[in-house]
Amino acid sequence: MSSPYLSQPSSVSMIMLKVLCAMIPAIAADAWFFGPAVLVTICLASITALCVEALMLQLRNRPVLPFLMDGSALLTAWLLALSIPPMGPWWMIVTGTAFAIAISKHLYGGLGNNPFNPAMVGYAVLIISFPVQMTQWLAPESVAQAHLGLGEVLDYMFFHILPQGMNLDAVTSATPLDTLKTQLHMERPIGEILSMPIYGAMGGKGGEWMAAAYLAGGLYLLQQRIITWQVPVAFLASIFAISGLFHLADSAHHAGPFFHLASGASMIGAFFILTDPVTGPTTPKGKLLFATGAGILTYLIRTYGNYPDGVAFATLLMNICVPLIDAYTQPPVFGKKK
Amino acid sequence: MRKLFHFNGGVHPPQHKVESVKDPIRKPPLPEKLVIPLHQHIGTAAKVAVMVGERVLKGQKIGEATGNVSSAIHAPTSGKVLEIGNFPVAHPSGLSELCVTIAPDGMDEAAPFSPVDPFSMDPAEIRKILRDSGVVGLGGAVFPSAIKLNPGREKQVRTLVLNGAECEPYITCDDLLMRERADEIVKGAQIMRHLLHAEEVIVGIEDNKPEAIAAMKQAAGDEIEVVAVPTLYPGGGAKQLIRVLTGIEVPAGERSTDLGVQCFNVATAYTVYRAIACGEPVTSRIVTVTGNVKNPGNYEALIGTPMDFLIGLSEPLEGSRGALMGGPMMGFDLPSVSVPVVKATNCIIVKSEKLFPAPPTPMPCIRCGRCAASCPADLQPQELYWFAKAGNFGKAQEYSLFDCIECGCCSYVCPSHIPLVQFYRYAKSEIWAQEREKKSSDIARVRHEFRIERTEREKREKAERLAQKAAQTRAQIKAEENS
Amino acid sequence: MLDAILVMSGLALFLGSLLGYASIRFHVQGNALVEKIDAILPQTQCAQCGFPGCRPYAEAIAEGRAEINQCPPGGEANIHKLADLLGVEFKSLNAKHGAEKPKSVAFIDENTCIGCTLCIQACPVDAISGAPKHMHTILSQECTGCELCIEPCPVDCISMVPVAVTVSNWKWKAPSYLQEAG
Ligand code: SF4
Ligand code: SF4
Ligand code: SF4
Repeated sequence: MSSPYLSQPSSVSMIMLKVLCAMIPAIAADAWFFGPAVLVTICLASITALCVEALMLQLRNRPVLPFLMDGSALLTAWLLALSIPPMGPWWMIVTGTAFAIAISKHLYGGLGNNPFNPAMVGYAVLIISFPVQMTQWLAPESVAQAHLGLGEVLDYMFFHILPQGMNLDAVTSATPLDTLKTQLHMERPIGEILSMPIYGAMGGKGGEWMAAAYLAGGLYLLQQRIITWQVPVAFLASIFAISGLFHLADSAHHAGPFFHLASGASMIGAFFILTDPVTGPTTPKGKLLFATGAGILTYLIRTYGNYPDGVAFATLLMNICVPLIDAYTQPPVFGKKK
Repeated sequence: MRKLFHFNGGVHPPQHKVESVKDPIRKPPLPEKLVIPLHQHIGTAAKVAVMVGERVLKGQKIGEATGNVSSAIHAPTSGKVLEIGNFPVAHPSGLSELCVTIAPDGMDEAAPFSPVDPFSMDPAEIRKILRDSGVVGLGGAVFPSAIKLNPGREKQVRTLVLNGAECEPYITCDDLLMRERADEIVKGAQIMRHLLHAEEVIVGIEDNKPEAIAAMKQAAGDEIEVVAVPTLYPGGGAKQLIRVLTGIEVPAGERSTDLGVQCFNVATAYTVYRAIACGEPVTSRIVTVTGNVKNPGNYEALIGTPMDFLIGLSEPLEGSRGALMGGPMMGFDLPSVSVPVVKATNCIIVKSEKLFPAPPTPMPCIRCGRCAASCPADLQPQELYWFAKAGNFGKAQEYSLFDCIECGCCSYVCPSHIPLVQFYRYAKSEIWAQEREKKSSDIARVRHEFRIERTEREKREKAERLAQKAAQTRAQIKAEENS
Repeated sequence: MLDAILVMSGLALFLGSLLGYASIRFHVQGNALVEKIDAILPQTQCAQCGFPGCRPYAEAIAEGRAEINQCPPGGEANIHKLADLLGVEFKSLNAKHGAEKPKSVAFIDENTCIGCTLCIQACPVDAISGAPKHMHTILSQECTGCELCIEPCPVDCISMVPVAVTVSNWKWKAPSYLQEAG
């Protein structure tokens, strides 16, 4: 073996573990505002992810244990679980996770080789295949007409049974972003829409607190040097800029920049999804470019697209560009700066 | 205060320097046998200048510098030449090279030394003395110093940088040399400055060596500036130190002389002084022996001393297994600890499972970019790794493989523990091999074409000769018939 | 549905004609191609490919008279390079022409050599020096290892010795570890 004979005590599993930890505040906020369903979803996705990962490693003749321990499958599972409605049917969660791990990760060569963010591929597949289930988000408990306990959540997720006499509409609602879009279509003034009960001070009720929790987790990751500033800053700045521009130009039809930052997957996207090292660029300039592009696309898809949020598709679209971005943003080598 | 610059990247590995600086430089006893390789420098190996059985004196030349880039080799003590043959040398391959084995006779009788006054002499003469005294870069690169001390015709060397940074963990040989022999180093620097006509001399020392900085400051006076530079590996790389002290970035493949700056190790300055002002060739060097030993320290070891002899003096501890030569970041694993100390041997680190645990099994690259962030050459190690691993050497070269200084920062920080540097060394040596093959096949092509041409010419000439002869004969017969 | 098919076939037609144009436009001229192939061939001049030297083989490849997998000294690495250059599929080395082996150079046992000059005549690169009736020596720097001198020698004094690994031509190995990605 050649030098160096020293190495820093870091590892892939440690990195993944820290990312998982950084997501805990947001998960707690989610459970606090929307009930325990999200915990069930996360557990189910995690178990599926680990099983599929182990199976695929076995099939691909790779050592199972070290790769299972790297935590990347868990991370994919959590990201996917947090991107889909918390009380989806069990088969939807299993399908999405299995697809993410088996197809978009392992068929492309496993850890480190997949060009697309697996969690986002899983999300995209689900939203195309099961548009109805994928838009049944839980309403914040403070707004919903009814509450579901853990047992009732399990009943619904696994057996599709709701408590007697309860209607699904009593607990679900469209997301704040979606509601905004449909209501705007119906020519309602924006101020009136945003004063609906599902909206909070900045974004959706509850959702804005989750955004804050993601922000906190993201700052922890920055402090731990797990991620670099370029992606979150460029992504949030570009969303802020473009939504601000639209808002300034036509405030009657476009929500303000802070609403966009606090809504949907902006924060989880900025700190947890777009910062996935495997599917993102490696050069600092490339990261800026990549995240800016993703921010603009996110806004456009949100505003003009048919889907509730744009982060997933924006991520996937920018993933395609990564090799190109990397190739064209190589920093100058020592001594060869212009 | 001088304005300092910085280079990108760098890492802070644990230092492990305090262990070996407790004692002053030690003088080891004479070993039973000295094995002196004839190729201790970059360039052509020295040519044997002694015969088996001959008695040699300390400082007597036993290897003559041959070719443009070369340096002489000398007997480190008086004794008898036992053998001239191939022996394993300090090289990662564990291969053998030509060595002269000397059995010391214990008298340490020296050949007469002839000091000269460098300031009243032709610089070319001084360079010749340096070449004949075996003065090479002692920082580890062992490039013949005489060549680097040539200012060239047009370009002016403005700044002479002395490298006392010693950024690698464990190594302390330069530290102790500066503490104890600062005067000689400064005098050597003055000779070098004279040779290069340099305007300024700056000594860069990492700020983790306050004693050395103080000693050097005291010796330096006003003419030579001693600068404390921040401790950051690989701040002692020549390019990095030049950058920090002057702001100049020397690109790969360019000579720093062309940019008006030249850099030498402090130990080299010391040997320059000894060679010129005392007439004493390079026959010893300071070697740090540390790691898993009871008594780490620095030895002024004769060139050719078996490494295990020095390790023995430091009393290896339980669990020792093998040793590294050089630092843990850029050194190499010695295939055998009985190989001799050479001019490049700055440090011997005895390994143990505890100090150097086997690295974890590598995981795939997750493109986290830490390697790129730590690379002092501003490369993209993850891309280089990708291309080297795929055997796509052309692409690796496009991504500036040869700008890599093999500092090891990228491997050090990689969370996947990929042996990145080994991939680069592999790629580089494959490319060199391809280039060698290309060269020899080009020669073969020319020689083959030449041969075809020659045989054709010979055939043609033969045919012509025959035709001529035939014509002559015919003419003769005709003439005879006519008469 | 119909317009999709139309668009796709239109696209295919367009790309196809583009490719066709490119292959005409960027077609490498005959001689230049021979040069390029010849530059890849190892210049051992051993004739194992079935041609009297590397250049004739290069010409034969350029004219499509020979396969790219007939040169044992070049080995698989060179076949890959040829395949890349010519834009054809890689084929593994044709065993009929011989096997790839580590580079060796000829060595003349100078005690046995009778100075017959037959080997000198056989050497394609003039790497043997010696006058008639005097022992011959191989200039090992120039020897390509073609083995053509072995057969003509009437006293069998020539042998092939592998080129020794020294500190200056030693190569770092690629790291080997079990768990690889991809
Ligand atoms: S540090 Fe290692 S894992 Fe990270 S990008 Fe570099 S090579 Fe890949
Ligand atoms: S070893 Fe090479 S690639 Fe790695 S950090 Fe050092 S200079 Fe950069
Ligand atoms: S087989 Fe011999 S003669 Fe033919 S191309 Fe290869 S090296 Fe040249």
